[in-house]
Amino acid sequence: MKIIVCVKQVPDTSGVVAVKEDGTMDRAAMATISNPDDMNALEAALQLKDADKDVKVVVVSMGPPPTESMLRECLAMGADEAYLISAREFGGADTWATSSTLTAAINKIGVDKDDIVMCGRQAIDGDTAQVGPQIAEKLGLPQVTYVTAIDYSNGRLTVRRALEDGYMTIGVQTPCVLTCIKELNEPRYMSVSGIMGCYAKPYTVWDFNALSDDPAITVEQVGLKGSPTQVYKSFSPPVKGKGTMMEGADKAACDQLVSILGEKHII
Amino acid sequence: MDFKLTKEQEMLRKLFHDFAENEVKPLAATVDEEEMFPAETVKKMAKLGMMGIYFPREYGGAGADYLSYVMAVEELSKVCATTGVILSAHTSLCCNPIFDYGTEEQKQKYLPRLCSGEWLGAFGLTEPGAGTDAQGVQTTAVKNENGDWVLNGSKIFITNAGYANVFIIIAITGVVEKRGRKQKELSAFIVERTDPGFSVGKHEKKMGIRGSSTCELIFEDCVIPGDRMLGRQGKGFNEAMATLDGGRIGIASQALGIAEGAIDETIAYTKERVQFGRRISQQQNTQFQLADMYARTQAAKLLVYSAAMKKQNHEPFSMDAAMAKLVAAETASDVTRRCVQLFGGYGYTRDYPIERMMRDAKITEIYEGTSEVQRMVISGAIGVK
Repeated sequence: MKIIVCVKQVPDTSGVVAVKEDGTMDRAAMATISNPDDMNALEAALQLKDADKDVKVVVVSMGPPPTESMLRECLAMGADEAYLISAREFGGADTWATSSTLTAAINKIGVDKDDIVMCGRQAIDGDTAQVGPQIAEKLGLPQVTYVTAIDYSNGRLTVRRALEDGYMTIGVQTPCVLTCIKELNEPRYMSVSGIMGCYAKPYTVWDFNALSDDPAITVEQVGLKGSPTQVYKSFSPPVKGKGTMMEGADKAACDQLVSILGEKHII
Repeated sequence: MDFKLTKEQEMLRKLFHDFAENEVKPLAATVDEEEMFPAETVKKMAKLGMMGIYFPREYGGAGADYLSYVMAVEELSKVCATTGVILSAHTSLCCNPIFDYGTEEQKQKYLPRLCSGEWLGAFGLTEPGAGTDAQGVQTTAVKNENGDWVLNGSKIFITNAGYANVFIIIAITGVVEKRGRKQKELSAFIVERTDPGFSVGKHEKKMGIRGSSTCELIFEDCVIPGDRMLGRQGKGFNEAMATLDGGRIGIASQALGIAEGAIDETIAYTKERVQFGRRISQQQNTQFQLADMYARTQAAKLLVYSAAMKKQNHEPFSMDAAMAKLVAAETASDVTRRCVQLFGGYGYTRDYPIERMMRDAKITEIYEGTSEVQRMVISGAIGVK
């Protein structure tokens, strides 16, 4: 059994968002982290590997060369193999072009009968939650989104899916695509020996030419050119002032509120 | 001297930093307040391979290097000096001498269990009459008719004692004549917690590193098998001194971490605290104080890393370790005291971690060789006699 986990290096949105002149984010100017939901997907894959040593965990990411640092961290957490899909042609991709490129890479890695493709629900930079489902459609595989629990026993895969007001437990055939959310697990740390071994594990970089046998990979269909959506503008929302919290619902609290509003000449 | 970290070392620092921030920092105040040994944290550290960082994989270690271990103690100590010293004493004072002086059988028996964190290690040299003067040791080890060693005596101020499973103990095995003077012959032994006649005594109530378990060890006709001597008979003093040389780098890393952690806390506080209509970080006194503290701490860091690199490269490092510990410890004490001053009244309360850091820093000037001992080592090494 092989589990292919799609991971993304994203800007640390707890800091300031830097924007380039063309309106896209200046990723190079921002600190990066591994996308949190993707780490839940990786943890789920590693847990299946913990339970069955024959499970192989492969991580794949599209991004600029510094993405290697995130992939090495995935290897140090316990993944077996990593692929970086990186080329100028792939830059500026929206979700459609991204999923086409990742699908080509996943097809090249190969999806066998009992394999699973796992993604995080969404990345914290775009917040679209579209890439996982698009990959499933383009691979022609069944998909379950918002996965909060996974049980794999006797060759049967049963997953619990979060809905707005409850959960749904679903049996799903492999191969399939699962998108994972935070509730699923607590991602593990890298280990010291994992770090010491991560540069010896298989690590492959695929550029445009490496994937160009795939009919979906042409200059017109990937990257900014192949993106039906174009970012018009990115910006940090203006910082709101700190509010004041008042406790209690009694007369004293109301008097205090009236007095504060009065002082500011609001009432 | 090049301190550019390797890619693996960068990743290890990130791991230790994230672990310290997420798992250690939230418990630090409770560990201090309740004198709680953070056993659960130690288990988590063990799971990540932090209890045997620089030992080879064949002995259960993680196969990293000495500088990485130093960074682990440093990162832990930035947020909790108790957790830092638990790792330091276990690694430098117990695993390290077994690795350096143990027989193959001893290494195979003890290192995998110590490195995996199944067992915790400790080291016992200090006695009521033997601190800085190691020749004052009174604990004896006598071989009986079965070839076993029988230990009698006691040790005090032993770090990790309440939770350790393996202890490296220095005891008198005879008398030798050196330059016409009779001297005690000291040897090192491996004592297990379950050995008959061994017990852990009084738990010390301390000023700082209050969660660290510091206790008395008691040997009452404690019988251990004949093959538990560590290294050669009569070499115990040299082995203890060499072990403490390494231990000093560990404690220097702890002191460095305390100073760095205090500076981090103080920078954050002074950017929030407003007095006279502006943040106190905008006052030149705050800026100059923190600039001084940061520069001194970085200087200490270079000494600590330099000593670590020398040990790693098997170069003589005794004086380097002494200089690193002397400077790092005195920097930690000075920096934390000044940080409390910048915090003002709030810094004196337990609502903020800075008073704990000041209490924790003091011990680094005392244990594993006082600052005065470090000065003795350094002055001896530069020929001032």
